[in-house]
Amino acid sequence: MDFKNRDVISIKDFSKGEINYILNYAKKMVPYAKGEKRTNILQDRILSSLFFEPSTRTRLSFESAMNRLGGRVIGFADPSATSQKKGESLADSIRMADSYSDAIVIRHPQEGAARLSAEFAEAPVLNAGDGAGQHPTQCLLDLFTIVTERKKIKGNQILLLGDLKYGRTVHSLAYALSLFGADLTFVSPESLKMPKEVINECREFGVEPNSTSNLEKAIREADVLYVTRIQKERFPDAEEYNRVVGTYKVDNDLLEQAKENLIIMHPLPRVIEIDPEVDNTPHALYFKQAFNGVPVRMALLSLILGGKPL
Amino acid sequence: MKKLKITPIKNGTVIDHITPGVAVKVLHILKIPESTSSVVSVAMNVQSRMGKKDIVKVENRELDPKEVDKISLIAPKATINIIRNFEVAEKHKVQLPDEVIGIVKCSNPTCISNSKEPVQSRFLIVDKDPPRIKCYYCEREPEDIAERIT
Repeated sequence: MDFKNRDVISIKDFSKGEINYILNYAKKMVPYAKGEKRTNILQDRILSSLFFEPSTRTRLSFESAMNRLGGRVIGFADPSATSQKKGESLADSIRMADSYSDAIVIRHPQEGAARLSAEFAEAPVLNAGDGAGQHPTQCLLDLFTIVTERKKIKGNQILLLGDLKYGRTVHSLAYALSLFGADLTFVSPESLKMPKEVINECREFGVEPNSTSNLEKAIREADVLYVTRIQKERFPDAEEYNRVVGTYKVDNDLLEQAKENLIIMHPLPRVIEIDPEVDNTPHALYFKQAFNGVPVRMALLSLILGGKPL
Repeated sequence: MKKLKITPIKNGTVIDHITPGVAVKVLHILKIPESTSSVVSVAMNVQSRMGKKDIVKVENRELDPKEVDKISLIAPKATINIIRNFEVAEKHKVQLPDEVIGIVKCSNPTCISNSKEPVQSRFLIVDKDPPRIKCYYCEREPEDIAERIT
């Protein structure tokens, strides 16, 4: 399988076989991601890390991944210190980064920004989130987490909970989980339901998702609970946000009705949707999930930049 | 055989087999009446062997390929007849291309194609009949394509 110089814009750009290949390679990266083993397979390679929107985990894990592989990182985490502030187009910023580095990671508040960047760059572009659009590396690390914990994706009853309308991660994840044949239940307030086109995509893979607003009932059958934050910044108006914020809270009371081996995932940051008391239960997997971003991004960077296989 | 209520034209274009009710949108795409002072005839819900259809006749104007692409987005079964001296000089069905560039504006206000970037809008065809299109950049599908045609 050839990944060299491939752009990573949307999870839909990858076949099931390619996703499996990346996940298997990520497994090999785990001891390197933890610092237990050392490698320099991307020595002298430079990654541009262009974050036009705030990020903690995605930016740090990309940078950690590149450093763990022996490569170097240039870039910014705050666009106010760049020529964007002077009105430079994204296309021009990308042309510059392209000439300074071997690969480009970009997060941007506008949907389609990564796809546009790929048009202007010779170097491969990795989408680290474009507005309410795609976030393919988050999707890959979510799949990696489920596969690592549950051995396979097919046959698991997976609940996607929270803001399913504006949530960036859940759209790509619903698509990818359907590709792998998971059983899906969407739990959200009525006004934040999963868009019709996402449900139609699931159906194309023979998956018929259930939709409900009743978390207490749905959680009893769940193997995986994927919680998302209701993101204030994605709402067109504050009134709509205030109506739905706090609708769901995952706490130990709720989990009394859950299966013993239920795992709880969250792309983070969380605000109030998971009570901190859940952190100490065996259900809580979100911090391990966040770590998994490193081996998954190491695998991608290595494959795309043609690092010698480990 | 019953005669059509609108008469043949000497020179121009006859757009036939338009999805019933869509003729007004075709006029909108062709920027009629602003773009022409010649006679334009519109027939709606005309009975034919293949069911009902709309017809638009525009005198003294031959459509360019970009206009035909636009029409194919809202009337995928339409046929374009170029008339010269009362004869049908050319006749062809509209064909929806695999992608349309620079003719539909993305309905997503935060799509990068709606910003100052040096790119034209670009849509991929998801379904041909009825037409469904998806923005190449943000992957959103506009609900009413006719409304988004520029």
